[in-house]
Amino acid sequence: MHDMLPANAATTATAATAAGGRLVRLGEAQPGDGGVIVDVRAGDGGGERGVDAHELHRRLLEFGFVEGARVEVLHEGAIRRDPIAVRLDDMRIALRRRDAEDVWVLLDPE
Amino acid sequence: MTDVTLPPARVALVGNPNSGKTALFNALTGSRQKVANYAGVTVERKEGQVVTAQGRSLSILDLPGTYSLRARSPDEVVTRDAVLGKLAGEIPPDVVVAVADATNLRLVLRLILELKAVGRPMVLALNMYDIAQRQGLRIDLDGLARELACPIVTTVATRKRGIEELVAKVEALIGEGALGTANAWREPSAGEIRDAHREAQRILKAYVRPPERPDTFTGKMDGVLLHPVAGLAILFALLFVMFQAVFTWATPVMDLIKDGFGWLGVFVAAHLPPGIITSFISDGLISGVGSVLVFLPQILILFFFIILLEDFGYMARAAFLMDKIMGGAGLHGRAFIPLLSSFACAIPGIMATRVIDQKRDRITTILVAPLMTCSARIPVYTLIIGAFIPNRQVWGFLNLPGLVMFGLYAAGIVSALGVSFVIRRLFWRGTAEPFLMELPTYKLPDAANVARNVLLRGQIFLRRAGTIILPLMVVVWVLSSFPGAPPGATDPAINYSIAGLLGHWLQPVFQPIGFNWQMTVALIPGFAAREVAVAALGTVYAVGGADAATSTLGATLAHHWSIATGLSFLAWYVFAPQCASTLAVVKRETNSWLWPTVMLVYMTALAYLAAFVTFQMAAAAGLG
Repeated sequence: MHDMLPANAATTATAATAAGGRLVRLGEAQPGDGGVIVDVRAGDGGGERGVDAHELHRRLLEFGFVEGARVEVLHEGAIRRDPIAVRLDDMRIALRRRDAEDVWVLLDPE
Repeated sequence: MTDVTLPPARVALVGNPNSGKTALFNALTGSRQKVANYAGVTVERKEGQVVTAQGRSLSILDLPGTYSLRARSPDEVVTRDAVLGKLAGEIPPDVVVAVADATNLRLVLRLILELKAVGRPMVLALNMYDIAQRQGLRIDLDGLARELACPIVTTVATRKRGIEELVAKVEALIGEGALGTANAWREPSAGEIRDAHREAQRILKAYVRPPERPDTFTGKMDGVLLHPVAGLAILFALLFVMFQAVFTWATPVMDLIKDGFGWLGVFVAAHLPPGIITSFISDGLISGVGSVLVFLPQILILFFFIILLEDFGYMARAAFLMDKIMGGAGLHGRAFIPLLSSFACAIPGIMATRVIDQKRDRITTILVAPLMTCSARIPVYTLIIGAFIPNRQVWGFLNLPGLVMFGLYAAGIVSALGVSFVIRRLFWRGTAEPFLMELPTYKLPDAANVARNVLLRGQIFLRRAGTIILPLMVVVWVLSSFPGAPPGATDPAINYSIAGLLGHWLQPVFQPIGFNWQMTVALIPGFAAREVAVAALGTVYAVGGADAATSTLGATLAHHWSIATGLSFLAWYVFAPQCASTLAVVKRETNSWLWPTVMLVYMTALAYLAAFVTFQMAAAAGLG
């Protein structure tokens, strides 16, 4: 499961296209979208943050948003579809879309 | 058996949130536990005792739940420092018990790897093992124990299963003199966290076979409870039921307590010789204790709901549903639980803000927490509503006093959102804490655990009531009894007392909001704690001899106050910072005089404004 560790999104995107899947930021995924996390980065999502990008990065990792983990968007909030509830491997996690920006997911081929 | 007593030892419970750690702590220690604070910080310190089969006494420390030793919130700092043996005033634990939810091992395995690095002797308790078995989850216990190099015990804390074995394993570790190794823990980098996950994943794969019958209940429930429309509707319905219950269920018990103390007061007054001592016992002590005890039922009911929903796993869902709504007002989704606790009492609410790691989010939450209608306001509201709002049905099924109560709660919530919005705009802009939260699987709450926690909350309240409110009642009695009326005086004796003088002196300030001097008198002790105002009004009017002893305080007030004054008093109490303990806790939690001062000033200003507008409008409408 953990053999795919791309160095950057460009190579990931190439691999993704080859595999027939689509590469999205978790922050932009829809309920029902599921796939494998291929990249978790420190703060390329931009936007204002209370904690610095590296801190958010480590928190995401601590909760298990790591390369190779399976993730599926289950629910979204009523207002501006935010926050989202995801299944991450065998747990459920709630997070804001903004905080999920840095998690890249290779969606399962349709 | 020998008579030699083994030296006592210290055990610390560490685990993820929602791992059933507190249930395990309760199963281990039963009623032999005490709750205090850690030295210098306000994190709740829960310690209990258990005696091993060999006769060794173990003191068990229940540490706050955490996902990592890389602590961010004050709670997590306590856990880390306690484990590392760096906590001031604490002796490092001899044995660490890692508590894991057997059905959710991934994250706790990473925590266990961190704990291993610390090097303390460790026992792993796989809790909720019955659920794991029901799901057909297979764990190779021997293999896992070998891999982690620590003994493993399977437990079902709620059924007290595996508890003796856990104690035996801890005793064995201490008995054989396991010393542990030097601490090799340091804050992990991003790369090290990734490695730890990979290691945890490898261990999981090697020793745990996924469940044959995974939990589908949580998914189905979430389909409804997290639904954008239905979920919110259910949340608001729950809150509404909760407040109706607080108001209606508690009534019979409250009446019983009220009547009981009323009877006791009359009994004492009838059987003791008349004089200053009898007046003190009957008007000061008995009515003081009664006025405190009378709303214990409401506090217990409120905490019953909060703890039940928490144990069921619903609170995290509520935070999810509320995050965007509260985010619009500049609050963090996690502020939902502290704010909900503030409905019982702002003090546990403010202390619960420790789960918010970012200082600004935390201070905003602390500042608005006292606007949530705490149970200390309930007696004030109940009294005034009972006196001025007719008890009739509206729209066929809602009762008007209940509706007014709901309106007062709503006013508190709306103003809290408004104030936090303003704070966000005025003091700090843009920044926001990440919102990242586990949604635990739903679990049937355990009756014994819920009961224990509700009683614990009740005890904490009574302790506070006993230490702050009661002495103040005595002070009020003294202030309103001395000096006595001069001989031949025609006015009630209270008019000549210190309280009376103070009340008259402050009266011009409160006149524009419709308060008479008796109310001003009641406000002074009311600054110590809100509910004291009720007892103080009782004392002021009872000592003043305004009515016969049989007449209730509500009837007295209805007789002496206009409706506009009653409404103005309600509006005042929505906002007034009439609680010295809250201000003291804010000082302690923020470690600064700035924030309690800000709180005192803004709340007093809002209270005066709200009462002024209410009184003037009601008076203009002819209710003056």
